[in-house]
Amino acid sequence: MSDISPTQSGNGMLAHLGHVMKENPVTALSFGLFALFVLQAFFGHWLVPYDPLATNSVRALEAPSADHWFGTDQLGRDVFSRVIVATRLDLTISVLAVAISFVIGSVLGAVAGYWGGWLDAVLNRILDTIMAFPLFVLAMGIVAALGNTVENIIYATAIINIPFYARVVRAEVNIRREAGFALAARLSGNGHLRTLAFHIFPNALPPMMVQVSLNMGWAILNAAGLSFVGLGVRPPTPEWGIMVAEGANYIISGHWWVALFPGLWLMLAVFTFNLMGDGLRDLVDPRRRT
Amino acid sequence: MLSVKDLSVAFKTRKGQVDAVRGISFDLAPGETLGIVGESGSGKSVTSYALMRILDAGGRISAGDVTWNGRDLRAASESAMRQVRGREISMIFQNPRAALNPIRKVGHQIEDVLRQHGRATRANAHAKAIAALEAVKIRNATDRYHAYPFELSGGMCQRIVIAIALACDPRLMIADEPTTGLDITTQKAVMDLMRDLIRERGMSSIVITHDLGLAAEYCDRLAVMKDGQIVEAGPSVNLFANPQHPYTRKLVDATPRPGVAIRDLLPPEARTPDLPHEVGSRALLEVVDLVKTYPGKSGPVHAVKGISFTIREGQSVGLVGESGCGKSTTSAMLVRLLDPTSGAIVFDGHEIGGIPAERFLRDPRRGQVQMVFQDATDSLNPRHNAFDSIAEPLRRLGGLRGAALHARVEELAHLTGLPDHLLTRYPHQLSGGQKARVGIARAIALDPKFLILDEPTAALDVSIQAVVLNLLADLRARLGMTYLFVSHDLNVVRLLCDHVIVMQDGQIVEQGPTATVMDAPSHPYTRDLLQSAPTPPAPIAAHAPAKAAE
Repeated sequence: MSDISPTQSGNGMLAHLGHVMKENPVTALSFGLFALFVLQAFFGHWLVPYDPLATNSVRALEAPSADHWFGTDQLGRDVFSRVIVATRLDLTISVLAVAISFVIGSVLGAVAGYWGGWLDAVLNRILDTIMAFPLFVLAMGIVAALGNTVENIIYATAIINIPFYARVVRAEVNIRREAGFALAARLSGNGHLRTLAFHIFPNALPPMMVQVSLNMGWAILNAAGLSFVGLGVRPPTPEWGIMVAEGANYIISGHWWVALFPGLWLMLAVFTFNLMGDGLRDLVDPRRRT
Repeated sequence: MLSVKDLSVAFKTRKGQVDAVRGISFDLAPGETLGIVGESGSGKSVTSYALMRILDAGGRISAGDVTWNGRDLRAASESAMRQVRGREISMIFQNPRAALNPIRKVGHQIEDVLRQHGRATRANAHAKAIAALEAVKIRNATDRYHAYPFELSGGMCQRIVIAIALACDPRLMIADEPTTGLDITTQKAVMDLMRDLIRERGMSSIVITHDLGLAAEYCDRLAVMKDGQIVEAGPSVNLFANPQHPYTRKLVDATPRPGVAIRDLLPPEARTPDLPHEVGSRALLEVVDLVKTYPGKSGPVHAVKGISFTIREGQSVGLVGESGCGKSTTSAMLVRLLDPTSGAIVFDGHEIGGIPAERFLRDPRRGQVQMVFQDATDSLNPRHNAFDSIAEPLRRLGGLRGAALHARVEELAHLTGLPDHLLTRYPHQLSGGQKARVGIARAIALDPKFLILDEPTAALDVSIQAVVLNLLADLRARLGMTYLFVSHDLNVVRLLCDHVIVMQDGQIVEQGPTATVMDAPSHPYTRDLLQSAPTPPAPIAAHAPAKAAE
């Protein structure tokens, strides 16, 4: 009877992924695009035809051609290479920022939702305070105060996202606090912490996944936005936000490709993450397994 | 007046077409009350939705005719149906609180309906709404007019819903499980009121219910549905006394009623000899002056006001009362999920009421006191399969791992009649009865001495309830467990318990041996409860030979 072992997830998860993708072609598309972005992030440095930092003043501001697929920028750097290489930095910032806000938001939300009382009240007011600021301005403030580095962009993006996670988790935990299965878990010898962490919290994952995917897109935009206004990543590092900012100066003179392609990649990334939400939710929801 | 011929309803789903109703026919005469009885999934609600043409998206009437006073309702246009709904045929839904708009005063909601159908003008709507409230016997109708639904009890809300349904003097009222979720005395009050109002106005009605006893008491004629078909129809008395179809007989048998033994609920071929359980003389649990008081916004709330009782080893005790009487609080304290405000809980000679709930988790006696929860669906973690749910207490408290754990879980599945292959399934892939078995298997995993059963069959169909009750009786005899059976249903308690405790308003009003309390109740509240239970006509013909054979 080894087939009823509870640790059968490995193969089952893959099969389930296949099932989810087959059921919803949009999900399959978004997972495919996501795989493409991950590939770029890991191997982009080796795959690109040119050094993203190498300047060539002779061939500055050339339109897209067979040599330079996305054209060249004002210093003659290959836009295609820069766009691909930038993927790693942009994804790193957004994944780390989302991971941090996911963990902190989950802990805060779970504690507030489970114990309630004054703890809940205090946490909610703190989150309200964060939400009361225009979030992008808050992020700018945090980066300006902490110093202009990539780490600080990550922290700033994480902080402004925490309230969203905390609220989702708080609501999901709160409605399950007195559920029969939570009480049954306590009768089985689980303390409050174990019940919360292993029995109640996992049930909040499906809506959290939707939040994660929406937030990922948003975090990328946020990071790019901060770079666009000159905070965080500094030139000549390839990063989508900076590239759009630099390219914007040349749109009027007809050199549209310098800004368009990084902008397009940024849009595609956000689009991918937003589409992935439903798929991710289905993936972590056991009720979708048939 | 209403004539349904070969009605079929089909739903388009991802897995293809599902026929929810398959060719049913019935007629309803003016002034007649028809009961449609069936278990969940039998298509009884879908039938009523089809009559009103309010099927969910994807559902459609695939065949048959519905004729209402000479008009073809199947072919009627949507605007014609809007005139029929509410004005000629009205409907009462299951959950009265959900049927009312939570943010509008109930009086305004009645006015809305009156004015929508041109039954009242702005000037006289208020007076007519109050008259409607008075018609459903709501006291202080002028004050209640301004109440919001959340300020009213479930029974009151259902009266408002009835008032809205009757506001336009319809000719037919369809009531879909009108009293599910209401207390037994409230159920009787609501049903009596509905019957009286319908008779007064000479209306017809269709009552859809899973409760055969209730239907038999209030309906002239019954139609029993199974898998989308009417298997048997006839006058209530005949149908109950002399069921023809095997399924009807099974339902009649499974309905708990006075004068039958627990084995009689099962179909005759499944009846095994009753296993006797021994009641010892030693007290297993002594409750002394138990009190629970919650701090409330308007002063302390006394949920349990000093109750005392004793449960002997091997005894099965029924704890009976209506919602809010403190029975759930009591069971939560006994199972040590909740700390009592004062009083003692002496289990097996040791005081355990004083041990804080969080510390009792690591007490060696944690496994000795277990509980089966009310709603089997709610009590299983949606992310754990059946195996993990049953294994949880064994892992945490029993310290079992690997092969020993597997062997024990399989043994428990076998004991509770759960097939092995279902162990890998998640709760949403199991039926109600199977989930109940998983819940019971988990509760008895650690061989508890004392098991609290909190309405374990309340959410189950009667035929499954019959099986689960018998399973509980068998387990009690085999494992020598002591039960505290918490329930609102006296007929169920009568079947399983040796001793009954009746609670009202946080206090015990009566306790004693089951036969004494049930047959010669001394407290007026107990009498009230007993009289409110629907009393189906005794199925004499069906059971006389069976009794003689025993």
